[in-house]
Amino acid sequence: MTNIPETGRTPRVQIRLVVIQILVLSLLGTLGGRLWYLQIREGAAYAKEASGNHVQQVVEPAVRGSILDARGVPLADNETRLVVSASRTDLLKMKDDGKAVLSKLAGVLGMTPADVMMKVRLCDAKTPQPCWNGSPYQPIPITDEATAKQALQIRERAEDFPGITAEPEAVRRYAAPGKANTAQVLGYLSPVTDEEITKAQDTDSPYLRSDQVGRSGLERQYDKQLRGKAGVTRYEVDNLGRVIGKAEATPAESGSTLVTSVDARVQRVAEYELDNAMKIARTQFDKITGENYKADSGAVVVMEAKTGRIVAMSSAPTYDPNVWVGGISAKDYKKLTGKNSDYPLLNRAIQGQSAPGSTFKVVSTAAAVEAGYEWDGGYPCTSSYSVGGQVFKNFEGENFGPISLGRALEVSCDTVFYGLADREWKRDGGINPKKGEPKDYFYKAAHQFGLGKETGIDLPNEVTGRVPDRAWKEAYWKANKDAWCKSGKKNGSYVEKIAYENCLEGNKMREGDSINYSIGQGDTLVTPIQEAAIYGALANGGTMYQPTIGKAIVSADGRTVQEIKPKAKGRLPIDQATLKGMDSALEGVVTRGTAAWKFGGWPQDKIPLHAKTGTAEVYGKQTTSWLATYSKDYTVVMTIAQAGTGSGASGEAVRHIYNALYGVSADGKIEKKNALLPTPQKSLPKIKTDGSITAPKVAKDPAKDQRVSQEGEKAPDEGQPAGTVASPAATNRDTRRRGRRSRKRGCRRMLT
Amino acid sequence: MTGANSFQVSGYGPERAGWTRIFARDSLARRLDWPILLSGLALSLIGSLLVYSATRNRTEINQGDPYYFLVRHLMNTGIGFALMIGTVWLGHRTLRNVVPILYGLSVFLLLLVLTPLGSTVNGAHSWIVLGGGFSLQPSEFVKITIILGMAMLLATRVDAGDREYPDHRTVLQALGLAAVPMLIVMLMPDLGSVMVMVIIVLGVLLASGASNRWVFGLIGAGAAGAISVWQLHILDEYQIARFAAFANPELDPAGVGYNTNQARIAIGSGGLTGAGLFHGSQTTGQFVPEQQTDFVFTVAGEELGFVGAGLIIVLLGVVLWRACRIARETTELYGTIVAAGIVAWFAFQAFENIGMTLGIMPVTGLPLPFVSYGGSSMFAVWVAVGLLQSIRVQRPMSA
Repeated sequence: MTNIPETGRTPRVQIRLVVIQILVLSLLGTLGGRLWYLQIREGAAYAKEASGNHVQQVVEPAVRGSILDARGVPLADNETRLVVSASRTDLLKMKDDGKAVLSKLAGVLGMTPADVMMKVRLCDAKTPQPCWNGSPYQPIPITDEATAKQALQIRERAEDFPGITAEPEAVRRYAAPGKANTAQVLGYLSPVTDEEITKAQDTDSPYLRSDQVGRSGLERQYDKQLRGKAGVTRYEVDNLGRVIGKAEATPAESGSTLVTSVDARVQRVAEYELDNAMKIARTQFDKITGENYKADSGAVVVMEAKTGRIVAMSSAPTYDPNVWVGGISAKDYKKLTGKNSDYPLLNRAIQGQSAPGSTFKVVSTAAAVEAGYEWDGGYPCTSSYSVGGQVFKNFEGENFGPISLGRALEVSCDTVFYGLADREWKRDGGINPKKGEPKDYFYKAAHQFGLGKETGIDLPNEVTGRVPDRAWKEAYWKANKDAWCKSGKKNGSYVEKIAYENCLEGNKMREGDSINYSIGQGDTLVTPIQEAAIYGALANGGTMYQPTIGKAIVSADGRTVQEIKPKAKGRLPIDQATLKGMDSALEGVVTRGTAAWKFGGWPQDKIPLHAKTGTAEVYGKQTTSWLATYSKDYTVVMTIAQAGTGSGASGEAVRHIYNALYGVSADGKIEKKNALLPTPQKSLPKIKTDGSITAPKVAKDPAKDQRVSQEGEKAPDEGQPAGTVASPAATNRDTRRRGRRSRKRGCRRMLT
Repeated sequence: MTGANSFQVSGYGPERAGWTRIFARDSLARRLDWPILLSGLALSLIGSLLVYSATRNRTEINQGDPYYFLVRHLMNTGIGFALMIGTVWLGHRTLRNVVPILYGLSVFLLLLVLTPLGSTVNGAHSWIVLGGGFSLQPSEFVKITIILGMAMLLATRVDAGDREYPDHRTVLQALGLAAVPMLIVMLMPDLGSVMVMVIIVLGVLLASGASNRWVFGLIGAGAAGAISVWQLHILDEYQIARFAAFANPELDPAGVGYNTNQARIAIGSGGLTGAGLFHGSQTTGQFVPEQQTDFVFTVAGEELGFVGAGLIIVLLGVVLWRACRIARETTELYGTIVAAGIVAWFAFQAFENIGMTLGIMPVTGLPLPFVSYGGSSMFAVWVAVGLLQSIRVQRPMSA
């Protein structure tokens, strides 16, 4: 048959043909294997690469939400500015890394070339600010304050400025309505870092390269809500970038608006009064140190007593948050964070802590009642209290005889609390406590009053303060004993002696520790916000609220409102009878106690005020003044470091704040029309669907207006510009200080 | 064998009419190698779809008509098919008589390319533009004339029964015959075609039964040639870059490595069943250059997946398998050499073309037989199929 070949061919050819055939098939087999490898084994990876290949994302950044005050006045919003930016990638393509272009640009912008270069360098461990810590592939803003003329110059000569753009952009604005700058509460923004982008990649709110991230304050706390969601449009493109495929688009969602409980006018008044009080304190002579008070820092908190909402919160020294917008300059950054700065970035209302002084006595009083001491018992208020050769004096040696707990609180009698604390210390077993739990009523009470831990206010990086109880002493001793034992000398200087003692028994609760502790001296540390929470609870009948600034988060179109409800954390460990007693004792402080000399003529019958003064000793420094007060609706706490006594340094300032809130004038008359906020703001501002807000107009400077209406005369002219670091200006104290007539310095003053 | 039937050969038996004649046991149609024919047709038709998919959006080359390349590809296939029928009708033995004329003609056309009539495409000066969108690539036809010419020289004395193997003198003559067009193609320079021709010469020598010394000598000479080409910098920069990109695919993915990188992404993203015809994003987005010609396999890889791309390899395998059988089963050395030359040609060109899209071979401008768009290649391939059919059909004559 035909299919059986009759070849006359040699085996050599035949074998070679078979070899060819095998070779050919193995080549095809190789192709098949490789195809399997690419498509089946590695297919998923290539599919991913392919989709990255042909999909281009166009990102439309979301508009950051505004931060409003309780009436809708924007504290932080956005404005359009001409931003001049440089593209690093373009600059690096040039022979001189773009130096010539940047120098030319510096000329146009009126900056020095060095400043411009520093702005475009990248941050690393060795490079100090200013530097760019965003993505190197993103245009780096050089200034956001270009004038239209400068922008035109750059745009018209685009060939002279390769890699430089001048575009209008939405940038953050801290409007400081009525000069209320609110710097530390608002916080600030800075560009997102690579690390943060990687970290947030797979979360539900990933960052974009161009994002600005809240770094402190409300900007940080509510960053996620304020930031919104950038719009991403995905285009399928061909190899030349031409759009070929259907676009899949998610529109940008503007960030939500944060409505706060802050009232810009009250905030301004608080800021002004704090600053003013510090300026005045600097004119006062401190007998102990023999020089004027330094009054280097301070804080004031105005809080709604029944909800824990913050109406005003100010920290001094302060700064202008607008310096962060568009990148901070080297000089500004050094001023804010340098070793020689006064750290204006700190929000001292939540991050400043010091011994509470006599404001702590409300805790001690509650502890004493808890420990079983009768409210109306007669406790000796002697001029001094001696323990083992050590004499603890009542300030200025006053002697009131046996008095009740309420009276002891009112006149701030140290020796009463010394005695009670000492007795409890002995009951607990003295230096070597009995087996089993020492009762430690005084320390337990501090914890129950919320001390030693954060209040939980909606601001980042709140500090805890400290309750120097046994556990703390043990831990602190363990951490420091080596250093103490090394430096301690039995007969050395004061510091060396203390170190020597601490080395020996720093882990033990000594008698003197407990005695000192009972009047808020020693190692106890509290923050102004903790004080506000405690005195707020006293005002509202015993409920501790978690302080809040955010009141509601409203979507950009105003449709969805997510209210932030006041959160009760618990109750003070006091029964109603004790509470009433303490309430009237604290009222007594205003009417006849340590604060009375500052509140003469106050309409106490219409607006009952309560207060407790405090003066904390700080080793090596001047005393820290505290003034904790409350009315029916508000708690006002002010503290100033190195400023003397609570009433002396802050009395007038706090009174002025109440004047502003209730519309009280200097002579005690209540003018309803002058009242800024006689009752707390309950309703939320209206945000229309187009995003616009109906907000009342804020006067140029409510603090000045208040002064005018309260005093009935022209306010002093020397302005205190918002957002500047307060400087110890030598002002004429007669014109700055009102109510001086009633001041009888020293006569009722107690270290209390 | 089985009586009279064994003598009934097409054209010699009693006349039959119509369908009966076509389907008669010994008819020409029945003795054609249908697997090769059908596989070739299938490949060409798949090719037309792939070419269409690759070009329907490329407005800058399809002159605004999305079907421009589809129609032309089908037309080329038709012409190629007709050329195959013509070749079968003439028969490879008849052609053997005109080999010197064909050889001369093809070399003349090659030389024409080197004159100002020739034009350069993608760095290789290998085209003669005929106008009307048609152009001729003579190096494709030279592949056939080299096979036919060498086969004629090497087989004549063996088929005449004078010798068992071609002698050295004949081998030398055959190599000289192949060397002339190869040198011209090298000058173009069309390195890919030269490589194919070297492989063809190797296949022809192997099948001719020439002494092992010649075979290994040629392999050695090829290697030495490659090294000297490298050392003497005869290659153009772009050619060196292509090899460098092959050796290191991550090299410059936006530059020389771009083709291979995009090709691999296209194929890899296809997965098992592909994105579906006309739905490949790499293809639609035109990320792979030369996708209707040299990189046509990437369209199959992306849009038809492992199944479709594998089918192309299988169909090529069928063609090559049958061609190998034809080479082995024919009685004349002439037929064997021609078939083996065609096997070497198709096999190497297919391997090189697909291999470069898969990243296992360096990039050269070679079309995929049957599938790639290109008239000259299509015609040459179908003429080669005609030769294979002719060898198969005419086999019994010498029995």
